[in-house]
Formats: sequence, structure tokens, C-alpha cells
Amino acid sequence: MLEAVLVMALGAVVLGAALGYAAVRFKVEGDPLVEKIDAILPQTQCGQCGYPGCKPYAQAVAKGEAEINCCPPGGEEGIRKLADLLGREFKPLSAEHGIEKPKSIAFIDEQNCIGCTLCIQACPVDAIVGAAKQMHTIIATDCTGCELCVAPCPVDCIAMVPVQETVETWTWKYPVFGIAAK
Amino acid sequence: MKSLAQLFSFKGGVKPASHKVESADCPIRPAPMPARLIVPLRQSAGHTAQCLVEVGQKVQKGQMIGAAEGVFSSATHAPTSGTVVAVGPEAVPHPSGLAAPCVVIETDGEDRWGERTPLDWRGGDPEVLRGFIRDAGIVGLGGATFPSHIKLKPGAAGEFGGRIPTLVINGAECEPWITCDDRLMRERAEGILRGAAIMRHLVGAEKIIVGIEDNKPQAVAAMRAAAAALGEAQLDVVAVPTRYPAGGEKQLIRVLTGIEIPYGKLGTQFGVQCFNVGTAYAIHRAVEHGEPLISRLLTLTGNVARPGNYEVLIGTPIETLLPLAEPRADTNGYLMGGPMMGFTLPRLDVPVVKSSNCVIAASPALFPQAPPEMPCIRCGACARACPAELQPFELYWHSRAKNFGKAQEYHIFDCIECGCCSYVCPSRIRLVDYFRFAKSSIRAREREKSAADLARERYEFRLARDEREKQEKAAKLAAKAAETKAKLAAQAAATTAAADDASGEAQKLGAGGTASEPADDPKKALIAAAMARAQAQKAASHPENTEALNPEVQAEIQDIEARRAKLRETAKAAQPQDNN
Repeated sequence: MLEAVLVMALGAVVLGAALGYAAVRFKVEGDPLVEKIDAILPQTQCGQCGYPGCKPYAQAVAKGEAEINCCPPGGEEGIRKLADLLGREFKPLSAEHGIEKPKSIAFIDEQNCIGCTLCIQACPVDAIVGAAKQMHTIIATDCTGCELCVAPCPVDCIAMVPVQETVETWTWKYPVFGIAAK
Repeated sequence: MKSLAQLFSFKGGVKPASHKVESADCPIRPAPMPARLIVPLRQSAGHTAQCLVEVGQKVQKGQMIGAAEGVFSSATHAPTSGTVVAVGPEAVPHPSGLAAPCVVIETDGEDRWGERTPLDWRGGDPEVLRGFIRDAGIVGLGGATFPSHIKLKPGAAGEFGGRIPTLVINGAECEPWITCDDRLMRERAEGILRGAAIMRHLVGAEKIIVGIEDNKPQAVAAMRAAAAALGEAQLDVVAVPTRYPAGGEKQLIRVLTGIEIPYGKLGTQFGVQCFNVGTAYAIHRAVEHGEPLISRLLTLTGNVARPGNYEVLIGTPIETLLPLAEPRADTNGYLMGGPMMGFTLPRLDVPVVKSSNCVIAASPALFPQAPPEMPCIRCGACARACPAELQPFELYWHSRAKNFGKAQEYHIFDCIECGCCSYVCPSRIRLVDYFRFAKSSIRAREREKSAADLARERYEFRLARDEREKQEKAAKLAAKAAETKAKLAAQAAATTAAADDASGEAQKLGAGGTASEPADDPKKALIAAAMARAQAQKAASHPENTEALNPEVQAEIQDIEARRAKLRETAKAAQPQDNN
């Protein structure tokens, strides 16, 4: 009787120690689900979802506080990926958060820029260079197209320009063949 | 001679009708000078060259008009003398038909060379020679336009003693119809071998192997004769079996040396590099004659009355070349490159570029319209034909389903897009179209992903910076408050000491405020101090305009005061009446 109790107790101690060690050794830093969701989001940092950036939205989705269809720049493809990841039902993009648009980047009309720095303060990714009373300009490669700089501009000199396809970014189209005529 | 040496083999491959006889016996002729040359600034697989000229500028033949941008890039040059009339986007030969930055030169017909400075390559620094090759605009002329100076850089000392032991010169020219390399080897064999000697010197190669498909016996003979005349040691001209795609870089290396190079690795890491015969010739012209790469050989063939091989200036519009070959009436399109790997030109005003080796006029008889696709029957013919030893049917299913992750697991990027699988498919599935779609989509996604990663990083940096600035501001304010408090405490101590003989409201209030609870409530103390200061100021300053008044004004003031008092009395008397 005592032997059995001792054996069980020993087993419990050994397993407990192993689990305790594993918990320390293989500790998961941060929430991996948030990271995965964040990786799907387009990182536009536009705030159209109602959260101050992509990461906070990812956190809200992971907690189940937010729907998966609030990200217009991610578009339908992004919603499908989120639905796949989270095992939720696909939903069309929620209209109140905006519509899917072709990728654009901001362009500052340098003739009209007065150098007020308001757009610089609004840019979430520091993609605008300039200084007070100096002309501002967009770093095209860093601009995410979030449109947050458009509203603060007091002279309306910022426009969103759709990104044109170039020889480098062109992709082969999906092969489509007409149905053969008899 | 290497004739007795063992040759290796690659798996798969096909034997399409070669169609070389049409143009193989046409000697190289110079193409006439067009009125305008359109020279794209990006003519290598690397970055777009940086434009050095502006509109209206006169340029000389061979003058650099685009400087290499960084290491992975190559220069471009003016193919003849003339005037720059435009710098901007122009249509380029690309399956998309899109425009890319170009320099348009109006030729003056004088064909005047600028300064030509050959380089003494035997004694100099190899790095200088590589820079010279980059600035001469030398890129792989087999079609990939990979900048040659990168391939000519041996690995670290650990790998093969800092050298590339084997140099393969590719004269296989396995695509049907194309004969420009054949003609080049027949007519300019010595130049090719001189170029190869320069490359050998640069990379310290022990042996040079020239691989030529055995359907070009005259080219093999010409190259052997030139090799014997030149007396280069360890130089073999080897005839390899004719089987498409024997001229693929990896396939030819494998046939000649038995070495297999995986995707994403340079041959340098395996002690072998491969260059097209055209590239070797271009290096010879550049280094020994000071002539940058401004022209190339091009085969005009297909459904034409007079096929031929032409030496064409880079930038010559295709449409100005076509009359030379006299296309027949039923021509319904033009291919650039061979029929296996080339593409249909979406427009004809595009220029000849460094990768253009052939223009084929297509007709319904020569290239019948592809019959409709039928379902894959899983016969495996594509897998048997694939020279990269892939499983094209698997890749096809995954590409078709847009399951790109799976396609990558099946090594889609090892596909060289040779077209053997499409050629053998009994269901006439154009597999390569799917692979191209999948590959370019994967690349586009990777670009998007790296852009998103960059945005995330910049956003997080900005958040961190905002937080840091906030903290710094708070720290600054706290420091200032502490400083004021210390000053105040010192002041309070001084005031308490002097409080006994001090008189007046101000000091009393100030001393009282601070003395009652000096350390407990710094805010209160601050307010008290401020009030004390204000009181002191008030006490110290006296209204100046009521001082020293003369009696008349005094009387007037008194008069007014009396009137006001009277008015007040009347108002008081009137109020009770109103109430009643």
C-alpha cells in the first residue's frame, strides 16, 4: 500500500518537475496568435479599422473583440487569410470601415506646400521629410498609402496617386483560355 | 583535345525541329543605322542605370549614358553619335508591353567614336578589370543579362583557392531558329577565345571548355582552328549532343563537368562559371579595343523571304529591322527570342536590347494556334522531359490552384522555364504559363511582405520614439519642479530667519504660507509663493496718477464722488418702490 503511494507520489514529483522545467525552458514570448494576425495585416497603419495601428487591431482580433472584416487595405484576400487562420467564417468587408482601393501612395504638390509639418506629425511610418517652413516631400518607398496625411494638410496639397505597374513589378496573368468552339 | 574525355548528361530534354538551316549560312551583316535609337537604361538583370545625359546633349559613339547603380547593375552607352532628344519612359521589349526609362538618341549618321581606351589586362588589378567590365556594360548575352562582372568574381580564398578553376563558354545555342551564336563562332572565333583568355586571367581558371551542340560542325571546326592558332593551354572545344535545352547554363555545365548547381547559388561556389560566346566576344572588344557593348548579333528569321544574321546597334527599333528580312504576307506576329522561351512582341516600336538574340516572324503555318487545353491525365511525360528534374504536373496543380506555398515546396524556382513540359504535354497544357504566373505572383507577394515588414518596423520605431520623447519631457519637467522647490526652500529658510524684523502684508503672507507646511505640499507652497510675490509687487507699486494732484482736480473728483453717492441714494430709494 505504502509502496504504491510512494511510487505515485514520486511519479507526480518527477512529472511536475519536468512540466515546470518545460514551462521555463520553452516559455512562449508574447502572444503567437497576435504575431500571426499581425503578419497577415498589410501594415498600412491607417487606423481605418478603428484601432490606432495594425498591431492593436491584431490584438483586438486575437481577443475576439474585433471582427476580421474591418481592414480595407487588406481587402478580401486578407479577410480570407484571417478567416483561415482563426477558423472563423468569411465575411465581406465591412462598409463602415471603408472600401478596398488600388494601392496608392501620397504625393505632395511642392508648389503649394507651406511647410507646416502637420503631415509629418500625422505620418505613422515617418515617410515624409521636411522641416518647419521648408518644403516637405514623401519618401515613396516608405509610404504605405494610409492617407492620414491628407486630412491635416491646411492647403490640400497632398494627393493620393495610384501606384503604376512597371516592368519590374509586372506579373504574368493567370492563364485563361476561351472555351473551344465546336 | 577533349574529344575522348567523358561527357556527362542531363535528364530529360526534347528534340524540336531545329530550323537552323534557314539562316545558318547567312553571314553577319551590319544593319542600317536607324534615325532614332531607343536605349533602355535598364539592360541588365540588376538595377536601372543612372542617367548621365540630358535632352539636347550631343553624345559620341560609345559614350556612357547610364552609370551602373551599385554593384548589381551595369552601364549603358550611346550606340552611335547623335543628340539626345528624350529621356523618359518608352516601350521596351517585354511581354507586358509596358514602358521603362529610356534615352532616345537622334543619330547624326557620322557614327563618330568617343575616346576609346583599351585596358592592359595582363598586369593590372583584377578589381579594376571587373569595374572596367561593369562600366563597359557587359552582361550575359545568352538572354539572362546577368551582369558579367559579378560572375567573374572568384569566391573567398577558402573556396578553390580564391579562383574559379573551370570556365565554360556556351556556344550550344540550343533553341530552334536562332543562329547568331553559330555565325559569331564561325566568323569571329579568335575574338571569342581572346575574351575567354581575359576571363581566365581574371578568375584564375585552369581550363576553358567551349561547349557547342554537334549540329554546328562548322562552328566547332572554326573554334578548334582558332584555339590551335592562339595556342592557349588547357582550352577544349567540345561538341555536345544536340538536345534542347543543352544550352541552358546549368545543363551545359552539367554535361561538360558533371557539376550540378542548385537554385539561388552562383557557379563560383562550385568552381565553375559559364559565359555565352557573345559575352566572351564583348569582353574582348571592350578590354582590348575599348569598345563598350553597343551592338549585338540578331537573327531575323521565320516566315520571311530573306532570313539573316545582323549586327544591330542596341536601341534599334524592331520595326526598322523587319524590312531587311521581307516578312511574308501571312505573318501574324513576331516572337522575340526562340519559340521555346521567347515571347510574342506586344508592339513593334520597341528597341533591340542586350538580351534580344532573335526575332521570328510567326505565321499560322509555322506556329499554329495552340489547341485548347485538356485536363491533365497524369501521364508523367512532363516529368520525364524536365531537364531540372522537377515534377511539372505537381507544380501545375499547385500553381493552378494558386497554392504557392506548395509550389515552392516542389521547388518551382528551380524551373528554368525552358518549355519542355509544355512541348511534350499530350493534353497541350501550357504548363510554363502557369509556372510564370506562380513565380511572378510569389515574387510580388515577397515584395509586398518586405514592404509590410519595413512599415511595421518604422511604425514601431515611431511609437518607441514618441514614448521616449514623452518620458524625456516628463523628466525635464520633474527636474525643473525639483529645482524650483529647492530654491523655494532656501528662500523660505531665509525668510523665516528675517521674519521677526520684517513688516508688511507681503512678507507675512509669504512667510506664513511657507512656514506652515513647507515640505508636505509643494504645490501649495508654490501657490503661496506666487501670491506673496504678487502682493509684494502690488504693495511696492503705487498708482501714480492720483499722486500730487492740484486742488482743482481734487475738488472735481470730490464733486464727482458726491454725485455718485447721490445717485446711489436715489437708486436705493427707488428699489423698495419697485418691489411694492
